Amino acid sequence: MSIFVPARGGARSRAVRWLPIAPATLLLLLFLAGPIGYCVYIAFTDMQLTGSSTVDFVGLANFRRAFADPAFRNAVRLTLVFTVLSSLIGQNTLGLALAALMRRASRPVRTVTGALVITAWVLPEIVAAFLLYAFFRREGTLNAILGWLHLPTQNWLFTLPILAVSFANVWRGTAFSMLIYSAALAEIPRDIEEAAEVDGAGGARRFWHITLPMIRRSIGTNLMLNTLQTLSVFGLIWAMTRGGPGDRSQTLPVFMYDQAFLKSLIGYGTAVALLLLLVGSLFSVVYLRLMKVDV
Amino acid sequence: MTARGGRGPTPRGSGPATPGRGPARTGRVRRRTRQRLAADLALLAVAAAFAVPLLWLLLASVDTQADLRVRLPGSVTPDNFSAVLTPDITFTPMLNSLVLCGSSTLLTVVCAALAAYPLSRYRSRLTRPYLLTVLFTTCLPITAVMVPVYGLFVQVNLVDTTYGTALFLATSQLPFAIWLMKNFMDGVPLALEEAAWTDGASMPQTLVRVVLPLMGPGVTVVTVYTFIMLWGNFFVPFMLLLSPDRLPASVSIFTFFGNYGSVVYGQLAAFSILYSTPVLLLYVLIARRLGGGFALAGGVKG
Repeated sequence: MSIFVPARGGARSRAVRWLPIAPATLLLLLFLAGPIGYCVYIAFTDMQLTGSSTVDFVGLANFRRAFADPAFRNAVRLTLVFTVLSSLIGQNTLGLALAALMRRASRPVRTVTGALVITAWVLPEIVAAFLLYAFFRREGTLNAILGWLHLPTQNWLFTLPILAVSFANVWRGTAFSMLIYSAALAEIPRDIEEAAEVDGAGGARRFWHITLPMIRRSIGTNLMLNTLQTLSVFGLIWAMTRGGPGDRSQTLPVFMYDQAFLKSLIGYGTAVALLLLLVGSLFSVVYLRLMKVDV
Repeated sequence: MTARGGRGPTPRGSGPATPGRGPARTGRVRRRTRQRLAADLALLAVAAAFAVPLLWLLLASVDTQADLRVRLPGSVTPDNFSAVLTPDITFTPMLNSLVLCGSSTLLTVVCAALAAYPLSRYRSRLTRPYLLTVLFTTCLPITAVMVPVYGLFVQVNLVDTTYGTALFLATSQLPFAIWLMKNFMDGVPLALEEAAWTDGASMPQTLVRVVLPLMGPGVTVVTVYTFIMLWGNFFVPFMLLLSPDRLPASVSIFTFFGNYGSVVYGQLAAFSILYSTPVLLLYVLIARRLGGGFALAGGVKG
């Protein structure tokens, strides 16, 4: 809860007291609300970067075109695969597993693992992309390890590009889940776990029936934030595969960029952006509901 | 069921030394040790997977013959570093990054601190909707806004200007900064401010001289976190800046080395290290403050 200064004076002094909020509000209106409004407008026009100078209102044509466009449907499918693999399954599960294991592990191991996972997270996106590009390339480290183990090697960025970028996103993003879950697990009272242990509940059952229900709000929060973050990943994929080969790792942000700037179809690209924004807003609202924020 | 008045057999050995408790305890201790060993091994396996790409970075940066796989360099040389430490490759982009991210961080922190003060201190019907909107904006995929932002920037001639890009970058981090700053400010007790008012201090004076110094660690966290996020941002400058001499390191690394043709991987690694070091150091600076629960988890708790 916040503390409040008792109100003094009339309407004018009240306006003066709220003046400090003006610069932030102005920036948010100009550079965030403005573009979003503009986005809604362009999405219903046939605006292009080059060529015709007149911009016509085309109604829902861009959206109809999107839903009929196999490339768009491919992008939606790949975005789903990317989100489920890297956010829901990868980051979330691995983050929870790491947080749970860290509570049992010895201190040096905990410190080293934490430092490595967090380093991967703090590194700039482009550097992470280069490192994993090097890791997955035909002549990269992964194939070297596989060859050493006498397992079949392949050109991962060509045969399974969406899997490679998903792994890259897991490598880069797991720290966030790990930190959220570490904080959540630390809040479970020790005696509850010990009581269950004394009652003879095994590790797996304790985890399923006691730990998971107790941290369910953190799980919701984490899933939401991870998904939102994953939906907008661009740099990682662009630097690793540029959406290719062909369109086999072209998620929605990459597709949007490709249509709007490389194919100069600003109107169409923006319609895709608007759909992405809508999905994001939907998740945000669910997230705010879930948190039951007390502001 | 009868009421238990402390008589009768105590449940499950909570009394003093019942027979059979000793072995049970050593059994549990042994199980604990075994569990710890298993946890250690599992964590080390994951740690190794996370370490391999980082190891490549370190080894390749000191190896002029580096290729894409992890291997020990024939000889350790600083040649890669001296090759990239030129104005074109390192100094100009890093300086651009510093100007771009430094100015937008400053703008974000100042605006967030100003906005947080009335939000934290005054009661109004609009406080709650405002904060909810801010939190909602925090979650929006900024990537999706970039196409219309580019369109708008073209119309008002802000494309390829450092200050235009800085303004947008500052705005993109602003919602989260306001939210964090407001939460930190709520933790500052009111008593000292009241004393300042009694002495006739104005609101800006109170904010700068009393409140912000009292929440120094909070301001540091917001500043450093904002800077780290902006330093690593690739998409925004990639879209809004065009001239090579204005590009920050996040984009220049991509344009210099991104055309995979004849890349000198050792130099790429060396430059990556130079570019990443500032944010890694800054993170260490605030890691202790963030503690186990990252600030966002604190913000998330509301």
